[in-house]
Amino acid sequence: MKGIQLDLISEDKLDGMTSMEKVRLILDEVRNGKILVLEKGLTPNEQTKLIELTMTEIAPDDFAGIEIESYPVKQNDSFFSKLLGKNTMKTRLTVIGPAAQLKTIKKDRDLISALVSP
Amino acid sequence: MGIIKKLGLNFTWFKNLFKKKIARIGIYGPPNAGKTTLANRIVRDWTGDAMGSVSNIPHETRRARRRQGVTIDSNGSSVTLDIIDTPGLATKIDFKDFMAFGMSEEDSKRRAKEATEGVIEAVKWLDDLDGVILVMDATEDPYTQVNVTVIGNMEARKLPLLIAANKIDLPTSSPARIHSAFPQHPLIPISALEGQNIDLLYKQIAEHFG
Repeated sequence: MKGIQLDLISEDKLDGMTSMEKVRLILDEVRNGKILVLEKGLTPNEQTKLIELTMTEIAPDDFAGIEIESYPVKQNDSFFSKLLGKNTMKTRLTVIGPAAQLKTIKKDRDLISALVSP
Repeated sequence: MGIIKKLGLNFTWFKNLFKKKIARIGIYGPPNAGKTTLANRIVRDWTGDAMGSVSNIPHETRRARRRQGVTIDSNGSSVTLDIIDTPGLATKIDFKDFMAFGMSEEDSKRRAKEATEGVIEAVKWLDDLDGVILVMDATEDPYTQVNVTVIGNMEARKLPLLIAANKIDLPTSSPARIHSAFPQHPLIPISALEGQNIDLLYKQIAEHFG
């Protein structure tokens, strides 16, 4: 059966990876034509790292970049997170794929609608 | 004063202690949102110069440009800024998109290569800023990854951010849609091209970055 491979990556797997490992995994998989859905998305810093690395890999007639859609990060402003001085960012679901195959049709606060082409 | 001079005392250090440093403000946004049009308007209004060329072909600005010491006076507040006009941020750059504007294949490939370098430069500048004016095209969907990434980075760094909802001179613009997407940040609906609400933007810049 022919088709597009869709990988759903769990929060647990992402939590066990460093920022660079996440970015490298995403780019390698997307360059192989996969669509990735990350249960827990990337931090703003990881998002900029991904953009930077994507730019270095763009090549005419080979790779035009990525389509990435995520929801804005949520601030975790609970009393305990503030008291413990923990990271107060809550990253959210993210969809990433090759720009040539994944196209976002509509995105709003609670919905990402995308078209995948072979 | 004479005694102070005779004693060779210099109070410059004391004045500098209370003097505000010049804020370094980056103008960010996706390609063709009107970043350079806005940078040109700000710099022209307050210094008489211009910052860079504009075009309807995306990625016209492919190198960050810095204009130092732009003093903005508004409503009794004054602020001196270094303004950095950055290349449009993007996650994809396809040279064929430039060919659709009538550019040759060779020129399109060169523009695409320079544009990728420009995006990296814009990302690197985020580390050296005191605040950002995020220019959004008010006729477009505001939930783009570029907008989400810039806002997320400013929030993570706890740096001030102003949203300029640009192109309100166009009938399909909807600054309200942007406000509902990012209600936590101040938004000024403007037309950088026509100058609508530009005084309101200067007032916000002086208050926000001063």
